Amino acid sequence: MDSTAIPSLGARDYKSDLKPVWCPGCGHFAVLSALTRTLAFLALPKHRIAVISGIGCSSRLPAYLDCYGFHGLHGRALPLATGLKAARPDLTVIVTGGDGDGFSIGGNHFLHACRRNLDLTYIVMDNQVYGMTKGQASPTTRPDWRRSRLTPEGTGMQRFKPAAIALAAGAGFIARGFAGDPNGLSHLLAQAIEYPGFAFVQVLSPCQTFRPESREWKTRVHPCAGAPARDPATAAQLMLTDDGMALGLLYAQVLPPFESQPRLEGDDLAAIEAEFAL
Amino acid sequence: MVPPVVALVFSDVAGIASTSVGRTGARDGIRPGASPIPRPSVQTNSELADRPHTRRDPLPIRHERPLALAVTGSGGNGALTAGMILLAAVARAGLYGLLTRSAGPQIRGGESAAMLRFGPEPLACIGDRIDLLLALDWANHLRFSEELPLARTSLVLADPAAGTLPPVIAASGAALHPIALRAAARRYCDGRTNMVAVGVVGAVAGLPLAALLQGAAESLAPKGEAIVTAATACIRAGFAVVHGEATVTAAEASCPPAALARWNISGNEAAGLGALRGGVRFVAAYPITPASDLLEWLAPRLPRLGGLLIQAEDELAAINMVIGSSFGGVPALTATSGPGLSLMSEGLGLAVASETPIVVANVMRGGPSTGIPTKSEQADLDLALYGLHGDAPHLVLAPLDIADCAFTFDWATRLTERLQVPAIVLSDQALGQARAICDPPPAAPALAGRERAVPGAGGYARYAASIDGVSPMAVPGEPGHMYTAEGLEHNARGTPSSMAADHCRQLDKRWHKLVAHNYGPTWADIDGCLDSHPAALLTGAAPGGLCLITWGSSRGAVVEAAERLRRDGWLVRVIALRLLAPLQQAALRAAIAGAGAVLVVELNHRGQLFRYLHAQEVLPTTARVLAHPGPLPLRPAEIIAAVQALEDAPVA
Ligand SMILES: Cc1ncc(C[n+]2csc(CCOP(=O)(O)OP(=O)(O)O)c2C)c(N)n1
Ligand code: SF4
Repeated sequence: MDSTAIPSLGARDYKSDLKPVWCPGCGHFAVLSALTRTLAFLALPKHRIAVISGIGCSSRLPAYLDCYGFHGLHGRALPLATGLKAARPDLTVIVTGGDGDGFSIGGNHFLHACRRNLDLTYIVMDNQVYGMTKGQASPTTRPDWRRSRLTPEGTGMQRFKPAAIALAAGAGFIARGFAGDPNGLSHLLAQAIEYPGFAFVQVLSPCQTFRPESREWKTRVHPCAGAPARDPATAAQLMLTDDGMALGLLYAQVLPPFESQPRLEGDDLAAIEAEFAL
Repeated sequence: MVPPVVALVFSDVAGIASTSVGRTGARDGIRPGASPIPRPSVQTNSELADRPHTRRDPLPIRHERPLALAVTGSGGNGALTAGMILLAAVARAGLYGLLTRSAGPQIRGGESAAMLRFGPEPLACIGDRIDLLLALDWANHLRFSEELPLARTSLVLADPAAGTLPPVIAASGAALHPIALRAAARRYCDGRTNMVAVGVVGAVAGLPLAALLQGAAESLAPKGEAIVTAATACIRAGFAVVHGEATVTAAEASCPPAALARWNISGNEAAGLGALRGGVRFVAAYPITPASDLLEWLAPRLPRLGGLLIQAEDELAAINMVIGSSFGGVPALTATSGPGLSLMSEGLGLAVASETPIVVANVMRGGPSTGIPTKSEQADLDLALYGLHGDAPHLVLAPLDIADCAFTFDWATRLTERLQVPAIVLSDQALGQARAICDPPPAAPALAGRERAVPGAGGYARYAASIDGVSPMAVPGEPGHMYTAEGLEHNARGTPSSMAADHCRQLDKRWHKLVAHNYGPTWADIDGCLDSHPAALLTGAAPGGLCLITWGSSRGAVVEAAERLRRDGWLVRVIALRLLAPLQQAALRAAIAGAGAVLVVELNHRGQLFRYLHAQEVLPTTARVLAHPGPLPLRPAEIIAAVQALEDAPVA
């Protein structure tokens, strides 16, 4: 690996010169910082990292890094990253996005990425709202939240439970971090990137503009007691009964990684074409 | 011992007048000089009905070429397997062949028909009628009888034990001949009726026994030796029903199968091969008829070339996966049909905006919605041309026959890599699920591959303007030019921008790179040349001549109609478009220039190509269209009829 050949980099070296479009005080800033610190800590060569995202405030993140990136379609970051990682297993592929992007429009891909267990790190900046489209309810919004003109009576729908759903879909690494705890978050991200499979990190990342009340999250978060669970039954118990504010590595188990067919270089097209000859 | 030939009792159809059925049957007489196919000297059904008793007349052997035969059945009784064997036999007899199939919506064991046309010249069209029909049984025959037009010259073989003769057969006026298939099968070989049928049909179609046996050995080899041995016995038994035992041995000795540099390939296999030739090494897709067998062919072969295939959770995932792979530098393809292409629209737009090369195969079927999943139609041209939001220039191509699937997919892959753009390739069920004995398809013209970013350029601008509109593309893993591929409108460096100037510059760039490219002569096949051959163009469309314009799989019927019209003294030019977008307007206008009449021919309801060409201002106002929807294919006779119906049709 050429990682030894490069001079050691600081967190700032991983940042691009673009200024984020985010509102002052947006939780996503802290996620960006935690991520650059993690990349520096892991001493990953910048050109070997690709950060893939969908659409949303949170999905703007790749352009703020000096790595390879792809700012794709709303909800489709995971499949794009899947194609990239499957074709280029040598790269470190990180996926970033929001709760609307990942759990609503991209919900199906979330399930199947958990099942497929490619070596990806999936960071969801969960602010319980659609920031970019100006404040509609997301799947993680409480059913009685009435501040959106689109759902003035609330959604009336149960909240999506990202961790429990990831567990049920077969993910082997499930963590929850908080934008207001950058050190803890960096630590989780480092573990997630090093995990040899699909690692899901839900980051509570407050939206200052459309969910100002989430400022009080800092008083409600707490370390997850009993975590990490090592078996799915314990993990399910923990994730289905928690208040959604328990932080830490919730579940970790090494599962067989995604195996495509073994690839054998060496055969040539002529051998395949010969099948058609009479 | 020759098993006794048992009589058919046609009491249920006695008295029905012998009239032609089906569109093409009705138009049998449009060509002056009548059919070259001699009437066989067997009794028609009405004659048989007069004499409903055991007959031992010899079966007439059909030596005319091309000859179209069909084996039909239901309940999984092996009509399609019989068709595969007969195709392989035709190849061994040194002939070309085209095998199409008709299957109903049943998952297993519904009605099915194998239709094989063969002759000494390459075939890209199923012709106007079935000359020889063997029914394994008559259950469900009505469901596809309209796909099997019979003429009075046709010969129908059926086992009296196969059930009641459908009135549509009797009404066709075709000659009927009873064949004791089941008895022969029971007697010789534990009831493999379809294999006996191969022997019977092969013999009546004038194919050598050795070719039939070798065809069976090749086609059934994967099923094991026991199956091949049993099939051999059945085929001999069937052959003996027609020729008698003695001939079997003589025929066997007399035909050493020819070793020929020809291929036996389906359209979907050829498409897969073309993609591999063009460099595709990653495929992601969601199963859908009739594209699945393209994917199933690729799945075990990609790893042999260092590639891989992923079964995606849906088409939204599939298209984004291939974009991801291509972004990573590995050329990629997804394959689907109409419903899936609809789901891929947004992803295609992302590939356009981010300038990521991908190939999207659309093996078309009847639409809209779930439509007619098992049957062909050319009705997705509008979607392929116009289905993306925003101004989103991209490539649209269509292969013109089975072998051309290899050429066109190869070319499409090379074009996408060269131009950093998505290509939609419109194959269809009629090509994809048909097989041909054909000459090996040529490779696509070599093109400069993907332009890569050069190290050390400094300040890498992924979307920088350039003379040809193509900008160097860095690939993750290369130091020095990290960038973020962008689906938002952006400036040259890829930074999101909503400024008018940036939008305009990038729109121009993405359009310019497509129209500035020199596509060479392969944008169309003119008068049967692989390309729009300049020598052919020099002559121009003969003044006052007829110009037939078509695309995709309809080319075969149009070319055959043109050949017949020429024999009758017409001056005809056929232009079959392989590259539909960007349309080569100037070249197309030049190829049409001087024509006295223009007819556009395609398989959809309202003439999608016709309207497109009008919008692009390449057609004279007098141009007409022959368009009809699937699932029935276009046939030469109806094209000839449409030509003859053209007002003021010029005759040279
Ligand atoms: C196909 C499609 N539908 C809708 C949108 C509009 N849209 C853009 S971002 C977004 C929601 C983003 O919310 P989230 O993913 O939670 O990210 P946040 O902005 O809160 O960080 C929506 C609905 C779109 N861009 N594309
Ligand atoms: S709208 Fe909310 S999520 Fe979006 S940038 Fe502003 S604070 Fe952040």
